[in-house]
Amino acid sequence: MSHLEKDSFGAKLGMWLFLFTEMLLFGGVFILYSVYLTRYPKEFGLGGHQLDLVYGATNTVVLLSSSLLAAMSVTAIKTGAKKLTLGLLSGTVGCAFIFLGIKYLEWSAKFHHGIYPNAPKLIAGPPGESIFFSLYYLTTGLHGIHVIVGAVLMSWTAVMVHKERINVTDNVTLENVTLYWHLVDLVWIFIFPLYYLIL
Amino acid sequence: MTEEHAEHILSYGKLTTVWVALLVLTAATIMVTRIELGVWKVWAALAIASVKSGLVIAFFMHMKYEPRLFRIILFVALFTLAGFIGGTFFDVLYR
Repeated sequence: MSHLEKDSFGAKLGMWLFLFTEMLLFGGVFILYSVYLTRYPKEFGLGGHQLDLVYGATNTVVLLSSSLLAAMSVTAIKTGAKKLTLGLLSGTVGCAFIFLGIKYLEWSAKFHHGIYPNAPKLIAGPPGESIFFSLYYLTTGLHGIHVIVGAVLMSWTAVMVHKERINVTDNVTLENVTLYWHLVDLVWIFIFPLYYLIL
Repeated sequence: MTEEHAEHILSYGKLTTVWVALLVLTAATIMVTRIELGVWKVWAALAIASVKSGLVIAFFMHMKYEPRLFRIILFVALFTLAGFIGGTFFDVLYR
């Protein structure tokens, strides 16, 4: 192996360090959530009951399945199964679109009921309720941006696999992109119980 | 780092088993929060979410098979976050 060989150890270490900063970013949002939950338990309860458990649970299953497909794509590329890798990556991107579609339905139903940031209904209501929905839009919006970024990265990776720039021997880029995708899943694993279940 | 070149390829079967476990845990967390447990349902839901994250990190993200350095920095990040949460609540609850 020449010295020009990619340093996959360093590449993965760098990716993990970046993922830790992401964990701390979402951690900050979860701290805000828990502080305001202790301050406004009743209003948070009322807010939480207005979220649709079916949408939330469906999206959880969609994301967990997308994570499985992403993890399988790493196995596929390492065993040299190019077509299967492409299929699994397309499946992951497809799941990202389903997730965003459900999120769109969920948000538009809320908007329809006059619940959106700075809505007159929320301004007139108790402060705890408007804080709950502000945090809901902040958290799921930030998460949604990560889903979009993940889907774009995954599509780009698929093109690279198609061109064989990512292949059986050189595939750390695919590994790192799937790591990012799993982080998106990890964050949702906490959003789901906190917003949809425990209130 | 001689072990870095040793590839750890997880079988499709093993990955699918992890996925099934994650779905079962999701069902469990929905059920446990539908019954009236009071404040315990918060801890139960968070405990299940932590187990689910552990499975995703260990297997989907290959952490179980990475060098020890990766796990050390993971715990540094988690303890940092736990410190932030602990410090915040020390202020919020005893102000």
